[in-house]
Amino acid sequence: MPKLIKNGAIVHDDWQAPASGDTAPAGHICTLQQWLQLQDKSGSAVQLEPGEGVQDLLEHLDAIALVAVNFPVFTDGRGFSYARELRQRGYEGELRATGAFIRDQMTYLARVGFNAFQMTDESALEDALDSLHDFSQCYQASIDQPLPLFRRR
Amino acid sequence: MYVYDKYDQQIIDERVAQYRDQTRRYLAGEISEEQFLPLRLQNGLYVQRLAPMLRIAVPYGLLNTRQLRKLASISRDYDKGYVHVSTRQNIQMNWPRLEEVPDILAELASVQMHAIQTSGNCIRNTTTDEYAGVSPDELVDPRPYCEIIRQWSTLHPEFAFLPRKFKIAVCASQKDRAAIHVHDIGIELVANDAGDIGLQVMVGGGLGRTPVIGSVICEWLEPRHMLSYLEAILRVYNQHGRRDNKFKARIKILVKAMGVDAFRAAVEEQWQSLKDGPTTLTDEEFERARSFFTTPDYEALEQDAAQQVLQAQCDADSIFANWVLRNTRAHKADGYRSVTLSLKATGFPPGDITAEQLELLADLADRYSMGEVRNTHQQNMVLADVRMADLHTLWRELQGARLATPNIGYLTDIICCPGGDYCSLANAKSIPVAEAIQARFDDLDYVYDLGPLDLNISGCMNACGHHHVGHIGILGVDKKGQEFYQVSLGGNQGKDASLGKILGPSFKQEDMPDVVERILSTYLSLRAEEETFLDTYRRVGIEPFKERAYAEVN
Repeated sequence: MPKLIKNGAIVHDDWQAPASGDTAPAGHICTLQQWLQLQDKSGSAVQLEPGEGVQDLLEHLDAIALVAVNFPVFTDGRGFSYARELRQRGYEGELRATGAFIRDQMTYLARVGFNAFQMTDESALEDALDSLHDFSQCYQASIDQPLPLFRRR
Repeated sequence: MYVYDKYDQQIIDERVAQYRDQTRRYLAGEISEEQFLPLRLQNGLYVQRLAPMLRIAVPYGLLNTRQLRKLASISRDYDKGYVHVSTRQNIQMNWPRLEEVPDILAELASVQMHAIQTSGNCIRNTTTDEYAGVSPDELVDPRPYCEIIRQWSTLHPEFAFLPRKFKIAVCASQKDRAAIHVHDIGIELVANDAGDIGLQVMVGGGLGRTPVIGSVICEWLEPRHMLSYLEAILRVYNQHGRRDNKFKARIKILVKAMGVDAFRAAVEEQWQSLKDGPTTLTDEEFERARSFFTTPDYEALEQDAAQQVLQAQCDADSIFANWVLRNTRAHKADGYRSVTLSLKATGFPPGDITAEQLELLADLADRYSMGEVRNTHQQNMVLADVRMADLHTLWRELQGARLATPNIGYLTDIICCPGGDYCSLANAKSIPVAEAIQARFDDLDYVYDLGPLDLNISGCMNACGHHHVGHIGILGVDKKGQEFYQVSLGGNQGKDASLGKILGPSFKQEDMPDVVERILSTYLSLRAEEETFLDTYRRVGIEPFKERAYAEVN
């Protein structure tokens, strides 16, 4: 079973990656198109690609169990805004970064609200866990620290 | 100026440690070239034509003398003993070794400096008026706003991988000295009838390949909403800016594509979810930021008496008198003036300053100007708070160090990027063109007679030398492997900002001084009384210049 970082620990993944087709096979994360077709969205899992935006998800944030945000290339930063916007608008389920992101982005990813990290290379997970602690302080309000530094100094 | 507390220091110390490990992993082959690229860029490190280049952040251009001395010693220990002032008021070093950059960053951190986000597709150093806090035409001091923006933008988790670089400038004076119309975001601090301060926000200006004057998207923003509104703009840009084509990725292209009204509506929509949240600025935070930029302890001096003494010194020494006229300007406080040091002496690359000059400058700033120095976006330096009674002594010291060239704001005060001598992006050299023009126009009386004139040179269309907003702009272009230069006229960076218009086919490097001379003589023959070059250009248009510039070339 594939592994990933979830809530600060390396665990086995309960979900399988999105598959092609009109509907997602059982146990697979839906593509956005598949997910939109779902009648019952409770407990659902959906993966966002860059450019898809969060708009379609906003009405169902309480129902969704997992939003995976894909980073096909690590320099495409749209997913950082998707994550923060989802959290800001009340999403509390699993928010998973997946794809080509690198360990040097871990603190940023965690700060915008990701709590799960699935890396292409599983052997990199241990080092990525370390990188979660690159910074112990930050200026901005964000999801892991809702108050900006100027309200805490 | 702003002083770090334990939080600021911890953040930059941890950043140094993070980058030290990234460099180690890169050198050990654990990170690919492609992965290391944005990591080193966001720590200021470019790889240039001959060597890496390190760009050090100087927030809104302000330096204390401890920092100046540290820059001097770093340039000696790790580089070739000189540095370069950039058009973003930053400092660049042209010859550091990649493996030593973590040590340089640690040295910088020891004097509260860093190189965070001085390049890469992220929010860059916020710039402002080099005369902030001392200029008589200022509404309020813009630096507290800049410092608040600096902290907010530093390591912002959402905006470190934008479609492209992002530049913010702030202006709070009658005359815009921060070029806010040609920034991704330009903020102007304005007052309403009740005397309250608000922000007018412009978006989508920029130079580069597609120069655009920014559009106002908010006429009046309460200062407490500044950061949440900036976040809304950045979020719209981060989600919708183009990522398929580097040359169409700046926010100006998005604003053009959406139309300013639709862009404004998208920002407003995002802002609704951010407005009045925890990022809303507090009175205490504004107070805290302002407390670092209080009025220095000026001596109580008599303006008239100081003026009389200065006048007598000027009467006795015409060379000094000329320097006072050209390189110093009025100050808010009685008995003081601000001094601009020209880094544009003929024969030296514009904006370069040696370690020895930096150290002398530090000594002079300690003695005569409250221990602070400012970098200007015209690539000069400013001693902002000099007693008029000290000007003569200061001038003699500056003269001995080649820092008193009396050309501020004139033809030979050229803005010039490092160009093809250093930069791997450049199509053509720019420094030799600047030097040839400075050498040709060495008759100061002629230069003064021309009046205020901005001549800006960029070695490629990335426009680091701001050629689009030079009254005369020069752009290096590559034609079949040969370096040529395109001339544009009529650009301007002030509140009546305009983009230069291309004169016509480009010229050979060796012809450039002649071409500039023909343009200038056209102006001199056409100008009405009191008209500046820009005035005349705007009245007569480009045609007369075109006729003369090309008439004799062939």
